[in-house]
Amino acid sequence: MIAARGIWLKAGGRSLLADVSLEMRPGEVLVLAGPNGAGKSTLLKILAGEVTPGAGQVTLEGRPLPAWHPRDLARRRAVLGQHVGVAFPMLARDVVALGRLPWHGHPAETARDAEAIAAAQAEASVTHLAPRAHATLSGGERQRVHLARALAQLDGAGMPAALMLDEPTASLDAGHRAALLRLLRRLAGRGLAVLVVLHDLQEAAFVADRVALLEQGRLLACGPPDVALDPALLERVYGLPFRHLPGLGPIPLLAEGALTPG
Amino acid sequence: MHIARVVPAMRVGIDRTPWVLAGGLVVLLAAMAAGVLLGPARISPGGLGAVLADALGLADLPDAFRRDAAVLGVIRAPRVLLAAIIGAGLGAAGAAMQGLFRNPLADPGLIGVSAGAALAAVAAIVFGATLFGVAAGALGLWMLPLAAFLGGLAATLLMARLGNVGGVTGVATLLLAGVAVNALAGALTGLLIFTADDRQVRDITFWTLGSLAGARWEQVPVVAALVGLPTLGLIALARPLDALLLGEAEAFHLGHRVETVKRVAVTLAAIAVAAGVAFTGLIGFVGLVVPHLLRLGFGSGHRLVLPGSALLGGALLVLSDLAARSLAAPAELPVGVVTALIGAPFFLWLLRRAAGAQA
Repeated sequence: MIAARGIWLKAGGRSLLADVSLEMRPGEVLVLAGPNGAGKSTLLKILAGEVTPGAGQVTLEGRPLPAWHPRDLARRRAVLGQHVGVAFPMLARDVVALGRLPWHGHPAETARDAEAIAAAQAEASVTHLAPRAHATLSGGERQRVHLARALAQLDGAGMPAALMLDEPTASLDAGHRAALLRLLRRLAGRGLAVLVVLHDLQEAAFVADRVALLEQGRLLACGPPDVALDPALLERVYGLPFRHLPGLGPIPLLAEGALTPG
Repeated sequence: MHIARVVPAMRVGIDRTPWVLAGGLVVLLAAMAAGVLLGPARISPGGLGAVLADALGLADLPDAFRRDAAVLGVIRAPRVLLAAIIGAGLGAAGAAMQGLFRNPLADPGLIGVSAGAALAAVAAIVFGATLFGVAAGALGLWMLPLAAFLGGLAATLLMARLGNVGGVTGVATLLLAGVAVNALAGALTGLLIFTADDRQVRDITFWTLGSLAGARWEQVPVVAALVGLPTLGLIALARPLDALLLGEAEAFHLGHRVETVKRVAVTLAAIAVAAGVAFTGLIGFVGLVVPHLLRLGFGSGHRLVLPGSALLGGALLVLSDLAARSLAAPAELPVGVVTALIGAPFFLWLLRRAAGAQA
């Protein structure tokens, strides 16, 4: 539904992205993986329409992103950034309610605001945090509140929508990580196109329908986890030995000796 | 999805914005009534009744109440109206700039408008009689406000140009450009004061302290248009400013053209503040204190903070002006002194409170 074709982006004489083509499909979790500085976040920003590529184009349902009114775009795709702060004191509930802003002027949807907010809070398990001040929440709790905001944004009008998340598990504990990954699977099951930047390759293998592996701005591989997370490929990218755990399928683990001081 | 249907009212709460704004309107109207009825010259209830009856065309004004009619209709009414509109403009512009810059200390001074207006006003006072002799004669009492208005807009324009790098207006760059423009305008103002004579220095001092003593009816429509309309425009920016609470990228993700919002907000705030200070001189703290008070009491949503700041900003300036002309009667305190006397300690208290909350 969101497709990038031949994306190039240069900055300071260096190619941040070089000839990347990628498609987000409804009902699918697409993981962006790769080392630090590979261009994952930049690619996410380009797919979100936030950054304009130097060459190539991104389309939503065949129409280039710049041709969409930002409000119509906002009704079809939501973004959960890495570090989202709030400038002034706000209740968690009011932060989630900001997700409904794009639906202003859509009478049928604004009538459902309360319902959409409550549903999003329940999905992100932040209902109990709703009456608390955003500033008093822990990093992981904030992350989930902003996830709820993104979900509230996409709750409406019954059209296929896209959710983009940049390292959403970064500040979550093991329990909430698992809950988030399961939630992403559920959302894809409902027809959402999900794009998620992950560093943890085991998480990637668990949640992904497809993995896009980036290195220095180039798309090395894009396909099901057993293809894109091939141990030989990962060893080339990360410079560390990987192996698949027998009996668990294509879940990459660091091989024995990978962390031996040398 | 099911949870939502069971307990939506409990989870979401009741939107109290309309009630708070209705309360703000009551406060403003009460302040305006006090501003018209109270003051150094006492108006008897009989006098008030006679003036009202005359104004409504119910009865002719008895000669005994001519003085009351003049005090109410000619002196106080336009003064209170100007204070209400200009205070509303300062309050809304302050709230909008804080939202735009995502900074609780932002006020319209940051976009250079006050410093630019002051520079132009001082230039008009110092050079008015000589350099612009002909124009000054034609413009009369309008020369100083016109100069201050244009000076404020010019400074903001300069700041916006300086803050714009490659078509993108970075908030940090804009803040630094504002600091630079403020410093430059301040230095030039200092130079002009250095060359001014004693009477001009006195005029300059009183202008920079602010006063509504010069209020006249013919100024009311001008201020209503140049301050009132931009204030309404700022209030209409509540949703994009709400989105900006999360940051610029997030505001775009939520469907807003951030560059357009920035340009429109800065332009409207500059017009409202420049036109306001043009008629009153510099008035500080209204745009800083009122939005903070509202955020503290009722949260940071701009659908409440923006119109609320307009209503309470108007009320604060009307009451400050009432205090300014009553406290030292028959002399008048500069109204900027009164707003700062109320505002500065209050602001210090806010800072202490915020520091305490973070500790």
